[in-house]
Amino acid sequence: MTKTPAAREAYRAGVHDYRETYYDPGYSPEDTDILAAFRVTPQPDVRAEEAAAAVAAESSTGTWTTVWTDLLTDMGRYRGRCYAIESVEGNPEQIMAFVAYPLDLFEEGSVVNMMSSIVGNVFGFKAIRALRLEDLRLPVAYLKTFPGPPHGIQVERDKLNKYGRPLLGGTIKPKLGLSARNYGRAVYECLRGGLDFTKDDENINSQPFMRWRDRFEFVMEAVGKAESETGERKGHYLNVTAGTMEEVYKRAEFAKSLGAPIIMSDFLTMGFTAHTSLSLWCRDNGILLHSHRALHAVIDRQKNHGIHWRVLAKWLRMAGGDHVHNGTVVGKLEGDRRGTMAINDLLREDFIPADRSRGVYFPQSWASLPGVFPAASGGIHVWHMPDLVSIFGDDAVFQFGGGTQGHPRGNAAGASANRVALEAVVQARNEGRDLEREGKDILEQAARHSSELRQALDLWKEISFAFEGVDRLDPVRA
Amino acid sequence: MKLETFSYLPPLSTQQVVRQLHYLLEQGLVPAIEYVEKPAARDHYWTMWKLPLFEARAAEDVLAEIEACKAANPRCYIKLIGYDRRRQTQAVSLVVQRP
Repeated sequence: MTKTPAAREAYRAGVHDYRETYYDPGYSPEDTDILAAFRVTPQPDVRAEEAAAAVAAESSTGTWTTVWTDLLTDMGRYRGRCYAIESVEGNPEQIMAFVAYPLDLFEEGSVVNMMSSIVGNVFGFKAIRALRLEDLRLPVAYLKTFPGPPHGIQVERDKLNKYGRPLLGGTIKPKLGLSARNYGRAVYECLRGGLDFTKDDENINSQPFMRWRDRFEFVMEAVGKAESETGERKGHYLNVTAGTMEEVYKRAEFAKSLGAPIIMSDFLTMGFTAHTSLSLWCRDNGILLHSHRALHAVIDRQKNHGIHWRVLAKWLRMAGGDHVHNGTVVGKLEGDRRGTMAINDLLREDFIPADRSRGVYFPQSWASLPGVFPAASGGIHVWHMPDLVSIFGDDAVFQFGGGTQGHPRGNAAGASANRVALEAVVQARNEGRDLEREGKDILEQAARHSSELRQALDLWKEISFAFEGVDRLDPVRA
Repeated sequence: MKLETFSYLPPLSTQQVVRQLHYLLEQGLVPAIEYVEKPAARDHYWTMWKLPLFEARAAEDVLAEIEACKAANPRCYIKLIGYDRRRQTQAVSLVVQRP
């Protein structure tokens, strides 16, 4: 901090350019600063520095006019600073603005407080046409104030005794409309066939056709029966998302009383305050937490405006969650390979270096926060297994919903086909075989011992989802 | 009973186990052997066959211990584990004998 008293300034009422105060290209960020990378599309007549400085100002201490009370505090200590501006390759309308925020601007352990500042009013600011938060660097000092995942990847493996392979899940379909008893039947068939987990869909809460308590009871009977038949630990993500926290806790407590190993939250629709509270409850009660990202595409899909998914994923790791949905790369939902893999790393690893070619703007160290299992879900089937194992490695959950229950002989056969395919691919990988080149042979060979896999391979032979993604990474300058 | 990784594949031949051992040792994992007569889904602890094989350098070293464990425990399930000390987890876990 300053060693000499701050010089007394005269109060100059009026409107001054933001860049006088908030653009500071000579500033070298502190280790404890929170750094943000914004993609800014200024209005046509607004200069780059002014637009960038406006973002820094409006997301920290600034307002449109000078106020006398600015002189009662040390603004130098609290203001956000735009410390660098870059042009965007291939898009002359946009700039990248890099902003450093002093740590004192943010409350400890509150993702919500960060959001209200950094992605608050500034996104509606008239001087900019569009604004997107691309990345955040969270300093270790700040991360140490967050709980992180209730258990993390290693503890989940230990609790469930599942090692050396990715985990398998599946969302029960149809998404809505089954009775609780029939729903439990679908769960039981998937689990006895070889899935590790089944899952409620994001919009299954407690509708008239299936009240939550009935679902929880039938599902946990199914889980228990599948466990005792197979000798393996099983689980079903019981979605405890509800309209009030009182109801969320009530459902979570009931899940615990039935011996459920894992529950689920729609973390974005429920909100970060609610999700963080539930995450802490999960740690206190030894229950795993699956996090579904319904709503994310509203926020993260457009390249010029909103918040990139990598930022939402970082916030989820801070707030807590043992699993979170990430892209599949190969399935029906958005997500290119390099960008998706970078986010897997941001969820799982202790340190991730900056790499613009993967969309990672800042190096990120996670201090002691455990890793989150990425869940790959949406339009994947047995033919994708070699690519999935090759791309994701072991620490991921592959969720085959239609790819299990759409099997000609039903859920148990579909689950078995997926498990055989997974294990054959892992075995082949460990033997040093090239999954991307030999994947087809590996599956064909495994199908000789599994009529379930044979049928699945024949059924889904031609299905792919070959559309161009909407949100593509910027080209990187040579 | 479905136990550990590869339980949905036909039982591994000795040659296939050796290939998994090569992988385990190449990854720098520590091999270990455990056995139990009656496995259960919620039973985390099987009986250890000696201490983990910290000294093992070749697949043959581990294979010899597996064979010794089989001879001493013909009626038990036996599994091979690979401990990953860096990540504090097991990175391999597969059954090598089903009675």
